[in-house]
Amino acid sequence: MALLAELTHRCPLKCPYCSNPLELERASAEMATGDWLRVLDEAAALGILQIHFSGGEPMVRRDLPVLVRHAAGLGLYTNIITSGVLLTDEAMTALLDAGVDHIQLSFQDSDPANAERIGGYRGGHDKKLAAATRIKGAGLPLTTNFVIHSHNVDRVGEMIAMAEALGSARVEIAHAQYYGWGLRNRAALLPSRDQLDQATAVVEAARLRLKGIMIIDYVVPDYFAARPKACMGGWGNRFLNITPSGKVLPCHAAETMTDITFPSIRDHSLADIWATSDAFNRYRGTDWMPDLCRSCDRREIDWGGCRCQALALTGNAAATDPACAKSPDHFLMAQAVGESRPNAELVARG
Amino acid sequence: MIGEDAVPRFGAGVKFRFDKVRDAWVLLAPERLFQPDEIAVEILKLIDGVHTISAIADTLAARFEAPRDLILADVVTLLQDMADKGVIRL
Repeated sequence: MALLAELTHRCPLKCPYCSNPLELERASAEMATGDWLRVLDEAAALGILQIHFSGGEPMVRRDLPVLVRHAAGLGLYTNIITSGVLLTDEAMTALLDAGVDHIQLSFQDSDPANAERIGGYRGGHDKKLAAATRIKGAGLPLTTNFVIHSHNVDRVGEMIAMAEALGSARVEIAHAQYYGWGLRNRAALLPSRDQLDQATAVVEAARLRLKGIMIIDYVVPDYFAARPKACMGGWGNRFLNITPSGKVLPCHAAETMTDITFPSIRDHSLADIWATSDAFNRYRGTDWMPDLCRSCDRREIDWGGCRCQALALTGNAAATDPACAKSPDHFLMAQAVGESRPNAELVARG
Repeated sequence: MIGEDAVPRFGAGVKFRFDKVRDAWVLLAPERLFQPDEIAVEILKLIDGVHTISAIADTLAARFEAPRDLILADVVTLLQDMADKGVIRL
């Protein structure tokens, strides 16, 4: 089980596919250090094994080393998901001293000018390269992350080479996910079928070449799939997300479901929320499924796909994910691909 | 195929520990989690960055009073798989 702790929605970057919601939580709404320390205690007791400190940019929180130290003391595996632009020597030393296990560093492209255009942060690329050097210098395993879309997908080979040159133990080549900001910018971000196929071929060849040297995790876009992804490994099955203000969600995009009241960790225990809340039970298991999913032999493999995507594209969160070829709404995916306009303007996140 | 003289060690950022909540051993790696079966747990417990694959097979063969070549095959298969996943270095 894993917990994604979104410590803040603040971020120096403005990526147009940001996984944060369109309505970002303000700094004044963020939980205090003490609240997060209690969350960590309760997470460990609940059986959470890994904690991902994320954001926004988690490093804008000055108490990050305090939280990492507390998590490490509880035996939690601590991971920081960062843009790296704030990872100075001092910050690296503090995190290492606190016992951080792993850092995932994002890059927006292998091409610096385009990377900085996408991230909306001038000078960011060099800072990220310096961050990679610091992470490696500290003896930590490095994961580099590239979100890919029509504006950079043709450079997947260069991205993998860059990850290798930086000494990454692992690289994530993740097609943008179309929720929140990504959905808003979908037409401008969706690659073509040809671009996807070429990127996939490059990844597969690199995997063979780099077996045992660097792991390549490849996340494909649902829009070209025949079967849906097992979103979050199933709703309320092995994943929790906590927003900066303390709302507990089964996935980071779940707040698009306006008919669900997501409980706050300020009012309830994590164990209670996990076991008994409507939010976590609404789409848990297989009972909620439409007949199409419940009668499918893949029902406990893909769990009906993604509820947020079903809602965003069909208006019904309890529908089969349109990514599934069996869904009556599957045509919506091809339609979106047909409507993609690579030259459309990107709306930077707020 | 890996040789008997190789010394296996955990990769950077990999932790093998007992989880009290699950009452089971878990293998934690960057953004990945493995729940090894009983045989794998016995093998992984013997990884200390000093002992060779050959020594690990000797220990297990003696402990379980099992044919060494069968044990060795299990050890090599597991460690090769783990090495391919980046969890074990050889």
